Amino acid sequence: MEKMPKWADILLVPLISLILAAFFSAIVILAIGESPVAALKIMVSGALGSTYAWGYTLYYATNFIFTGLAVAIAFHARMFNIGGEGQAMLGGLGVALVCLYIPWPHWSLALIGAVAGAALFGAAWAAIPAFLQAKRGSHIVITTIMFNFIAAALLNYLLIGVLKPAGSMEPATTKFPAAVHLPTLHDILGLVGIPFSRAAPANVAFLVAIAACIAVWALIWRTRLGYQIRAFGHSEPAAKYAGINPTKIIMIAMMISGALAGMMAVNNVMGEAERLVLNAVEGAGFIGIAVALMGRSHPLGVFLAAILFGFLYQGGAELGLATKIPRELIVVIQALVILFTGALDNMVRAPVERVFMAMRRPPKPETKLKAAE
Amino acid sequence: MMDLLTILQILDSSVRSATPLLLACLAGLFSERAGIFDIGLEGKMLAAAFLSAAIAAVTGNVWIGLFAGIGASLALSAIHGLASITFRGNQLISGVAINFLAAGLTVVVAQSWFGQGGRTPQLSGGARFNPITLPFAENLREVPVIGPIYYELISGHTILVYLAMLAVPLTWWILYRTRFGLRLRAVGENPAAVDTAGVSVVGLRFAAVGICGILCGIAGAQLATAEPAAGFVKDMTAGRGYIALAALIFAKWRPWYALYSCLLFGFLQAIALRPDLIEKAIGVRVQVQFLDALPYILTVIILAGFVGKAIPPRAGGEPYVKER
Amino acid sequence: MTAPAIELVGISKAFGPVQANKDISIRVMPGTIHGIIGENGAGKSTLMSILYGFYKADAGDIFINGNKTLIPDSQAAISAGIGMVFQHFKLVENFTVLENVVLGAEDGALLRPSLAKARTQLKQLATEYELNVDPDALIEDIGVGMQQRVEILKALYRQADILILDEPTGVLTPAEADQLFRILGRLKAEGKTIILITHKLREIMEITDTVSVMRRGEMTATVKTAETSPPELAELMVGRKVLLRVDKKPIEPGDVVLVVKDLNVTDAKGVHRLKGVSFAVRAGEIFGIAGVAGNGQSELLEVLGGYEKATGTVTLNGQEIDLTGAKSNGQTRRARGIAHVPEDRQREGLIMDFTAWENVAFGYHNDPKYQKNALLMDNDALRADAEGKMQRFDVRPPDPKLQAKSFSGGNQQKIVLAREIERNPDLLLIGQPTRGVDIGAIEFIHQQIVALRDQGKAILLVSVELDEILSLSDRIAVMFDGKIMGERLPGETDVKELGLLMAGITDTDRPHAVAEVEAKLAFAGGDASKEV
Repeated sequence: MEKMPKWADILLVPLISLILAAFFSAIVILAIGESPVAALKIMVSGALGSTYAWGYTLYYATNFIFTGLAVAIAFHARMFNIGGEGQAMLGGLGVALVCLYIPWPHWSLALIGAVAGAALFGAAWAAIPAFLQAKRGSHIVITTIMFNFIAAALLNYLLIGVLKPAGSMEPATTKFPAAVHLPTLHDILGLVGIPFSRAAPANVAFLVAIAACIAVWALIWRTRLGYQIRAFGHSEPAAKYAGINPTKIIMIAMMISGALAGMMAVNNVMGEAERLVLNAVEGAGFIGIAVALMGRSHPLGVFLAAILFGFLYQGGAELGLATKIPRELIVVIQALVILFTGALDNMVRAPVERVFMAMRRPPKPETKLKAAE
Repeated sequence: MMDLLTILQILDSSVRSATPLLLACLAGLFSERAGIFDIGLEGKMLAAAFLSAAIAAVTGNVWIGLFAGIGASLALSAIHGLASITFRGNQLISGVAINFLAAGLTVVVAQSWFGQGGRTPQLSGGARFNPITLPFAENLREVPVIGPIYYELISGHTILVYLAMLAVPLTWWILYRTRFGLRLRAVGENPAAVDTAGVSVVGLRFAAVGICGILCGIAGAQLATAEPAAGFVKDMTAGRGYIALAALIFAKWRPWYALYSCLLFGFLQAIALRPDLIEKAIGVRVQVQFLDALPYILTVIILAGFVGKAIPPRAGGEPYVKER
Repeated sequence: MTAPAIELVGISKAFGPVQANKDISIRVMPGTIHGIIGENGAGKSTLMSILYGFYKADAGDIFINGNKTLIPDSQAAISAGIGMVFQHFKLVENFTVLENVVLGAEDGALLRPSLAKARTQLKQLATEYELNVDPDALIEDIGVGMQQRVEILKALYRQADILILDEPTGVLTPAEADQLFRILGRLKAEGKTIILITHKLREIMEITDTVSVMRRGEMTATVKTAETSPPELAELMVGRKVLLRVDKKPIEPGDVVLVVKDLNVTDAKGVHRLKGVSFAVRAGEIFGIAGVAGNGQSELLEVLGGYEKATGTVTLNGQEIDLTGAKSNGQTRRARGIAHVPEDRQREGLIMDFTAWENVAFGYHNDPKYQKNALLMDNDALRADAEGKMQRFDVRPPDPKLQAKSFSGGNQQKIVLAREIERNPDLLLIGQPTRGVDIGAIEFIHQQIVALRDQGKAILLVSVELDEILSLSDRIAVMFDGKIMGERLPGETDVKELGLLMAGITDTDRPHAVAEVEAKLAFAGGDASKEV
């Protein structure tokens, strides 16, 4: 029995949550003696006001699409993957190895190789917690958190050790060869005559991210595997009854999740930095949680939420430059979005449901069922 | 071989490192024993660390700072309670939100108040907790073996360290010897049993979450106002909340074992700062990063059940809904 | 004149759009046993939960011993002298009996004095009411019968004068149930008032003084038990005359389809769930397995359905089925022609959040006819298939786009049946086919099962409802403690004999126990006591 129409569930409720998050963010800004309106103006112009600004917004959004999809697909299997951060770090390692040690003739081939390398490393890093969950019942949330720390230690070790070029003081790999340089949005849009900022980091990985959205959508709602993942996510006993192997589904869903998180590295490591540095992920793995919650684990929702967070991230950076508001404000906003769309979902949802129930009382049950579709 | 003094210094710093872990671990113990999973220990500690340091810096009185820190932690506990008890939300997601809220707000507010790039000023004198020299420590110092142990290891900690150590038997006593403890354990195992026995599930769980908030508050204050370099810096908890969580699992949600596992993880943190000593002790150079990762690796191994199975409280993580 | 121990006046309660209780009034005199009977979902448990303060009524008043009493929570109910034994026990599994009794009724902030006091009290209660339980045993280590005693002791320890029991015999063997009834008789003799909620007419007839009948949230009648009869109560329960028999052609058995030999299952906790189970089912035959829930029937269905590992041999149409390998799963079973209607449709048989059309493919999602190509599923084909199935099985409303959870229990079951029966299986496994299903759907479901049998299919039926077993089966086996205690033909046995087998009393030790148990079961004889 649906308590409210679908549009209210996928649009109205997240919107109200977002407004609540924005409201409390505004209070924080006021409390530190700044003007929320002025801040919003700076954010809008800084994140959307020019092709340069858009270039950054879309660059960040690309990261968040990957990590958001990663969390979303795990959610469909009722797995809470907090390990996107670590999986993206390992994805970066995969990209770095592919770009540094394979002599690519052309960026397009390198892109395919890097996607494969990132996905493989990310998936591998997710596979261990997934295996422990499936076979030993170790709670995936705790193990993936632990694997974030272990990944950080591992990268720390590699980047001040074997991967650091001799003589360098900086914990980073050498610059990737020019052949693996990915076209930026400036290059791509230039082909069709649209001028776009040359300096912004948004690159062809954005298109890969869009393709990933479509692929994930088809996977979840159009394939047998997706059907099985969703069935397992809704009810494990039912899945067993139907002959769906829980171990297999947990492993596959988590490895796809890890692969998607890892693929973020194509954007930030290969597309932007063009070398692997310490802490390259910068919390994008965690933002994926907010993005997936906000987007209701639907690829379209994830896409839109990722753009929103791209806007917040870039706008927040501009705020940090133009005002006394530190860019950590976006961490606060991110927290509030997770809080209202995730943890306090029932608080927002219950009153909305009550409104719809009250509106619906008079008509006959048949219309209720129709409206529920 | 290492001399006694070096060993004692390592152990001394182990105890100091273990203190915030232990307080946070016991905090998590109260919450999780009542059936509320809390991965927001980190955030609560961080918020408490900031506010205790900030208020201590402003007032010059560390005790006011301590209470302010506890207040900050309690405020986040209230959010967690609201989300996971009142509105029956996902406890893990709520914890994640709280961690980010603390990570963001502490820097934003610190920058606004002090303008030092997300720090508070250094604390000194009455604005910080100072080491306490226990009676006769100086006199006994020269007594062989016992003297140095008493002086170096047992004496010379801040009041919060002793408080944390006392919290262990106290927690045990509350849990197993009082009515409140019985009900608390019951509500984490089967809230319906508590409800039908005429005891408020919501009330008990809020009480547990509240105690969790107080202990996390003290843990945060210990980090920011009682370490040798007192003062708040951005992200200063650095994953300690998660290590405390790991210690809690390691301890299988039992108070005395919580002490042992926190001391172990504290020891790991202490020796991670002295790789030279490890090399001397075992003759092999161990990577610092490996030592950093060791608590997490250990936790994964424990979770995997290779060292006995850790069974969490049965109703843990599930919001309580009356069955029809 | 004495005031009623309990008087409810005009109680109403709605859960969203569902009216669980409508204007219910009831009086229960002190020192009596009052039965409340009704079908699943009639609102019995809701009413009692209101009396126990577990839910709040939307309207109505409660009088205890003539005084108007507000019962906003369980604490208030306990103070008013009410105790309740829920259908699903509310015990802390890893606490001792003593700790469970004391929980919520401690004397002070410290535990030790309370525990000591409770220990002496328990001893007294044990002698007074035959309620012997080891106070230091952990709940998880004692059987359900013992756990139920702990629940009763909890209420008595809180000095309850009014005791409500919700379906107390569902998990008990007939012998255990008799012992419970003896205890209840003792309590009544001591002046306690007892309310017994059940859907079993037999229990009402045996032990109650008065009985109230509920139907669809309403109280349809309250009568003296001595002045009514089971058929009259059955009619009051369902609102019309009830056919207690299923029309069935004589059996025309074909070849043996399923042979089960020496099946053994040990679960993850090391408990031996199936202990050498052997039987065979022929084509055109309904083989019914009776027994109290939890005696291995579920595991048997799970093994045959492919999601529990076992040792032993199972052959289908003469070919052995792999019981342990990686390929032993629900998919391979279906491919072999085994269809399965599971015991718990909401937990296993359906994905409640999936639409009806998605559920129609559940378990058969790999079927080529549901695939568009190597990658994608053919959702249009699925929807069309679902529409046809829902029409043929009279699912209401016949809309494949609705989620499974928006259908009633009976219609959910019809969706599962349509999916499994239309596969034209050689063997149908069917567990608790009519649990939580309304009368109208029960008849339809029974007809479908019989029709499949008449088509010459083999059917393995598991049910805890003895009457369902007796009316549908061509052959009956009784399971107890993971073993088959015996096989009977429905025409040559009765409730009495099956009840003995269900209690684990085999033919061989009949001489020892028969006198005692038969005496207890004496009331149960005859067709009059058939439940619905």
